[in-house]
Amino acid sequence: MTAPSSLPKRKLQWQKWALTIFMVVGLVWSAWITQAHMGLFFQNISQFLVIFQEMAHVDWSYAYYTVDPMIQTLKMSIIGTLIGSALAFPYALLVSRNIVTNKVVVGVFRFILNIVRTIPDLMLAALFVAVVGIGPIAGIFALAIFTFGMVGKLFYEAIETIDPGPLEALRAAGAGRIEIIRFAVVPQIANYFISYVLYAFEINVRASTVLGYMGAGGIGIYLQQALSMFSYDRVGLIVLVIFAVVLLIDYVSGKAREALL
Amino acid sequence: MSHASTLPKAPLTHRYRHIFFTVLTVAIVIWSFTGMPSFDIKQNAWLVTKSIVNGLVHPDFSYVWTGDGEDLTSSLLQTLGIAFLGTFISAIISLPFAFWAANTRNKFWLTTRSGKFVLTAIRTFPEIVLALMFIKAVGPGSFAGVLAVGFHSVGMLAKLFSEAIENMDGGAGEAVTAAGGTRLEVTLIASLPQLMPEFVSNTLYRFELAIRSASILGMVGAGGVGTPLIFAIQTRSWSRVGIILYGIIILVTLTDFISGSLRKRLI
Repeated sequence: MTAPSSLPKRKLQWQKWALTIFMVVGLVWSAWITQAHMGLFFQNISQFLVIFQEMAHVDWSYAYYTVDPMIQTLKMSIIGTLIGSALAFPYALLVSRNIVTNKVVVGVFRFILNIVRTIPDLMLAALFVAVVGIGPIAGIFALAIFTFGMVGKLFYEAIETIDPGPLEALRAAGAGRIEIIRFAVVPQIANYFISYVLYAFEINVRASTVLGYMGAGGIGIYLQQALSMFSYDRVGLIVLVIFAVVLLIDYVSGKAREALL
Repeated sequence: MSHASTLPKAPLTHRYRHIFFTVLTVAIVIWSFTGMPSFDIKQNAWLVTKSIVNGLVHPDFSYVWTGDGEDLTSSLLQTLGIAFLGTFISAIISLPFAFWAANTRNKFWLTTRSGKFVLTAIRTFPEIVLALMFIKAVGPGSFAGVLAVGFHSVGMLAKLFSEAIENMDGGAGEAVTAAGGTRLEVTLIASLPQLMPEFVSNTLYRFELAIRSASILGMVGAGGVGTPLIFAIQTRSWSRVGIILYGIIILVTLTDFISGSLRKRLI
């Protein structure tokens, strides 16, 4: 490295400095506002580890009771994914620039979709528990809206990347909008759609395991009960059951998606 | 489409497979509707929905800023702080995990497999349970939220990091080795400059998600805007729920926008 000066000078060094200063200021500020105290954490880490130890002594006798709520959780996520995706499909067509050419319509409905996407799933669960009462119905509603936001975006992004050729061909042949969608759009994206729905299902299974914490049905209710009774041996079991089911669903759904694409 | 019949038919096995999966899907869906409580709209539900909508239309603007540190602005800032510090901590923890789980050459397969398994386990461990465990250790408040976000994010962030390491071009590193560089020099001169933009971009992406989790962790007492939100929902003060919801939407949209435009410039 004898002649580094002959290299062209790097531009925009100040950006790096600005970023560094921003990071340091952000760090100090966030540590101050959250009253972070690392010493406290290391001091009390024994507390944390005690809970972990208790969780490691899994209460296997409880396993039988987790089967039914776990199945309910799965059912909740299947129905929620189904409803959410069914709603997202027409909506995605509405916000795709190559299907609907009216910029105002696309803009307004995309804005709504983006807002739906920002609402956290647990908050949706808490709201629907207030509306329809404690139980899996609240969870289904929460998951349906959550899926709608997530899948809607994936859907319209997929629709916008399709080959415009078939669309133009059908339009030139005088086909109506429904026919264009049926014969030019759907065949091109059907596999992507199924793949995204499966992906959403994977995420929903994860999400639905904790939705019950707010009273929205499934295994989360048992998790909340075990946590509030400080019976960490049961918490450990429930976490293990969730882990096993999530792994299984991820594996099956991953294989199915690989086969599709 | 009258000429469709002249097209060659799809192979028989394909069609059977298609039918099989359709039937399977329909069966699973029907099964999942069994045993669900029937959905009857109660009178109460309409009333609650009406008052929720009413609260969303008339949000409680007086809550935005009261100056006593208990208002919406300070809770949102606290949420931002939790997400920022949590993501920062998790980025640091993720680095060693990423190198552990990255599937690179000359590496024993069990190391990679075990690393990936540990990351999956961290990802699956419910964040709420983690937050409650940290509340036991450091007491309720935003610091518990910081720790929960910090440890939970490792599962995803380290996975993204390790994928960046796997996709790295090995040429630069080989060049440094060929010129007589040590392993440390390979890391410093070849690997890090290549990985840095990807790492920063992944961390920003994870930060966007951390904002979302930080805003709900308060529901179990881990600080941030979730705490006033769950109080407002439980006391049915919907106009306050409305303003908090708008606050969360604005915060999430703003951070998504800023972090998204930063990420676009990076890659």
